[in-house]
Amino acid sequence: MSELTFFIDNKECKAKKGQTITEAARDNGVYIPTLCDYPGIRPAGTCRICTVKVNGRNMAGCTTPVEEGMIVENKTAELEDMRKAIIEMLFVEGNHMCPTCEKSGNCDLQALGYRYTMMVPRFPYLWPSREIDASMPKIVIDKNRCIQCLRCVRGITTADGKHIFGTLHRGDKTRISADPELVAAMTDEQAQKAMDICPVGAILKREVGFKVPMGKRKYDSAPIGSDIEK
Amino acid sequence: MSKPIVATASLAGCFGCHMSLLDIDDRILQLIDLVEFHKSPVDDIKKFTKMCDVGIIEGGCCNSENVENLRDFRKNCKILVALGECAIMGGLPAMRNDIPVKECLEEAYLGSPTIDPKDPKIIPNDDDIPMILDRVYPLHEIVKIDYFLPGCPPRADLIWEALLTLATGKELNIPYEVFKFD
Amino acid sequence: MGNIAEVVSKAVESYQKDPTRLLDVIRDVQDALGQVSDEAIVQIGHLMNLSKVDVEGVVTFYHFFSKSPVGKYTVYLNNSAVAVMMGRGAIAKAFEKEVGCSFGSLSEDGKIGLYDTSCIGMNDQEPAAIINGVVFTNLTEKRVKELVTGMKAGRNVSDMVKDLGDGNNQSELVKSMVKNNIRQRGSVLFAPYESGSALRKAVAGTPEDVINEIKNAELRGRGGAGFPTGMKWDFCRRAQGERHYVVCNADEGEPGTFKDRVILTEIPEMLFEGMAVAGYAVGAAEGILYLRAEYMYLKKFLEKVLDDLRKKNILGKNAGGKTGFDFDVKIQMGAGAYICGEESALIQSAEGKRGEPRNRPPFPVQRGYGGYPTTVNNVETLCAVSRIMVEGGKWFASMGTVQSRGMKLLSVSGDCDKPGIYEVEWGITLEQLLKTVGGSGAQAVVIGGPSGTIVGKEAFGKKVCYQELGTGGSVIVISKKRNLLEIVHNFMEFFIEESCGWCVPCRAGNVIITNKLEKIMAGNGTKTDLAELESWCKIVKGMSRCGLGQTSPNPIATTIANFRSLYEEKLKKVEYETGFDLLKSVQESCKVANRKPKIEGH
Ligand SMILES: Cc1cc2nc3c(=O)[nH]c(=O)nc-3n(C[C@H](O)[C@H](O)[C@H](O)COP(=O)(O)O)c2cc1C
Ligand code: SF4
Ligand code: SF4
Repeated sequence: MSELTFFIDNKECKAKKGQTITEAARDNGVYIPTLCDYPGIRPAGTCRICTVKVNGRNMAGCTTPVEEGMIVENKTAELEDMRKAIIEMLFVEGNHMCPTCEKSGNCDLQALGYRYTMMVPRFPYLWPSREIDASMPKIVIDKNRCIQCLRCVRGITTADGKHIFGTLHRGDKTRISADPELVAAMTDEQAQKAMDICPVGAILKREVGFKVPMGKRKYDSAPIGSDIEK
Repeated sequence: MSKPIVATASLAGCFGCHMSLLDIDDRILQLIDLVEFHKSPVDDIKKFTKMCDVGIIEGGCCNSENVENLRDFRKNCKILVALGECAIMGGLPAMRNDIPVKECLEEAYLGSPTIDPKDPKIIPNDDDIPMILDRVYPLHEIVKIDYFLPGCPPRADLIWEALLTLATGKELNIPYEVFKFD
Repeated sequence: MGNIAEVVSKAVESYQKDPTRLLDVIRDVQDALGQVSDEAIVQIGHLMNLSKVDVEGVVTFYHFFSKSPVGKYTVYLNNSAVAVMMGRGAIAKAFEKEVGCSFGSLSEDGKIGLYDTSCIGMNDQEPAAIINGVVFTNLTEKRVKELVTGMKAGRNVSDMVKDLGDGNNQSELVKSMVKNNIRQRGSVLFAPYESGSALRKAVAGTPEDVINEIKNAELRGRGGAGFPTGMKWDFCRRAQGERHYVVCNADEGEPGTFKDRVILTEIPEMLFEGMAVAGYAVGAAEGILYLRAEYMYLKKFLEKVLDDLRKKNILGKNAGGKTGFDFDVKIQMGAGAYICGEESALIQSAEGKRGEPRNRPPFPVQRGYGGYPTTVNNVETLCAVSRIMVEGGKWFASMGTVQSRGMKLLSVSGDCDKPGIYEVEWGITLEQLLKTVGGSGAQAVVIGGPSGTIVGKEAFGKKVCYQELGTGGSVIVISKKRNLLEIVHNFMEFFIEESCGWCVPCRAGNVIITNKLEKIMAGNGTKTDLAELESWCKIVKGMSRCGLGQTSPNPIATTIANFRSLYEEKLKKVEYETGFDLLKSVQESCKVANRKPKIEGH
């Protein structure tokens, strides 16, 4: 397979043809923060946290394939601040009450908040009115916490490829929703997968909760991305 | 240099942040050497009688008394610190922010199953009772806040590090394990 | 109103269950039932083998589809900045008074619905509204009264049109009161044109010859981005694919633009021929005209033009007389979404989906409609193509400025004596333009629409061209009597309404910066607020995924740059101000508890 050479913050990196910038960076021990991206599903570029500068232009690392000789800027002060701003926007855009959330400690959004030492969002809270949908047999959707990453839309489908989750409306009114018939037919396995794929506590599997004690959770002792940076 | 003077208060909070402050264990003795406590539940001083260097506040604002207290702190403290999630973003009390005040009050005082059916059904309205705000406000939506310490409650070690920084001017050190939102 | 199951199955069958026709299916249901209810959505899903949530996603994405009933008569009143300047407020009040309900709702008897809508492309004849697809312009309170009386009496909406507009607006198939207002004709668009002449020339040479001619003309796209058309076609032609497509972007949603509407009304033959030329150049057999829903009133007329062109063999088999070159055009209607003007969102929409832009790469020229290489071009671009074929690239390139060749149609509106369409050579200064349109003495000019730039007097000496003041055609003149910040605010509300919601910075960021703007406008801003507003605009611009979010903060950013004092005048000279009002925030609870708010010392 052909190899490409490219540069991230002056570090020479190798990539396989067709790899995206974030994928290739990971293989080269460089962490570019991601949130909506998830292994095995088509990248969507919804969160924009992986934004890097490619030949002077801002591009989402998760959707941009590496090209030979590409010059990528990643850890500049400007980009890091804009990424932090996106994390802060997500915290004010929804209602994120971490102390009440079952995903706390295992949440990718929160973990990014930790990594970027978000003391308080720079933006005022928007206090949106959002519903909690508990009408489904296997899962609960708490839209207060949904960051509209579309991981569930992309990653959870029926055997014949139909979407179980989708988005309604547009703009700031965009909300995630589940197909009532298809969601009712979900298996336990699928429900678990949906909960796992959701980066935050918006999709929760019914009847289990707070299984992992504090101190043992995914992001309790080491920052997100530290497994990549070695 | 004389010891910095510290005031603390709990507004719409649960006192958990204050408990966490006590959780610094024996370092509390060091703290007494480092700072002087003024108005605070720690020493039960009720009124400001002098200007303080640092005011530390847990809890957000859910009623008019919280607001008055907070403004009083702003007037009497050079630096204000929002301590904990409720102070920073309203916290658990703010879960009512999406429910109209009318519904909240009616549920609490008129429709709740714990109400004695023999009692007259009224929503308390004595002038001495603080007035409820339309929603719970984070502190910085009402006055200027200089620093924020997240956590529910903020870990004792984080509070300790922050106090050290404020009292001695040393650079703030935040170990990853103690910087949490829960 | 028919039975839901019947209506749905008829709609689904008439498009052979083709999922790419989902918008058409939904429109038919909407038209027949006055709403697309949950029940209808479920049935569409079942019959078309789509999940309900996908169908509902499409229904709720587009402004002109509604899950709840919108009435037998549905009034969509433009709320764009120029409409407001021209008196939309009073017109809205008149509608509300006559109908008895407020905007965003339905009358008690369920007969008449009143709704706001983004710019409908009638800025030179505002206030204007669309009622059941029929456009009513230059509305007055008196006229509103008549219209509502008519609706209440059950009259047919098209019968309520009194005086017809000019030109083809009078055609039997249009019969609209819309006016063209062509104020200045140039040599590219509005000069005499012999139908068929461009394609004849094109097919006489090779596709490469055509592309070279366009390259020689140095034609750049007229839709706003200004991408070199020849280069785009070249990419598209070279891209691998079983089929290629030509898509004409007639979404014309940028507030203040209406030149494509006039082209569609007056010189559609030239446009369709340009599409055929494009088809020949890139190797496409099919063209799609994506027409915004607001221009539905032109659809029948355009279908007839297409039929005539087929009869003249300019379209169809062996188009232009060229053996082996088959090219035809179909019309795909939009359903109310500004973002569908963005080329990849347009393609999504034309495929029957939510109009969310795609990630690029791949670009549409690589993988566009149906996954095939597609060139998306603006209406005006394709007309210019026809002229270039006839007159030659050199002729075209001899006009304009170095990087902006040829002539440009400007849609001029706002505070000027002669709003309408002006065909000008690139390079005209704003000053000259303002003089021509009778707008001298303006306080500001919005050039390129809300996503463009707002400039003041210092910039009136600048030229209209890509290097100085680029524009897709929208020019809005703003006199001294206007509150510029209110106009900026109107533009921001437009972007909030029209963001597709896909990416965080645009979806949340535009709301956040608009709130900050409101804080400053309310007199609660400080120096810090202004600095934050400025830097937050950069975040939204820098991090957004598509052109909408990358330009949406422009109204704020360019007025902070060019009219800073308007903001500074509003600032409080204090260090910190939250705008928190204790008295206001206890109003509700005191009312419920039946007590008087008592606030001392605040
Ligand atoms: C939010 C947004 C809206 C747009 N609206 C239109 C439009 O209404 N008409 C148009 O021709 N181009 C529009 N564009 C530009 C198109 O994406 C595309 O560049 C254009 O159609 C290409 O045609 P051209 O090269 O002939 O200009 C829009 C772009 C964005 C980002
Ligand atoms: S529910 Fe979870 S996975 Fe789905 S869009 Fe929301 S945050 Fe993402
Ligand atoms: S910038 Fe706005 S319109 Fe464009 S993809 Fe993002 S949310 Fe959608």
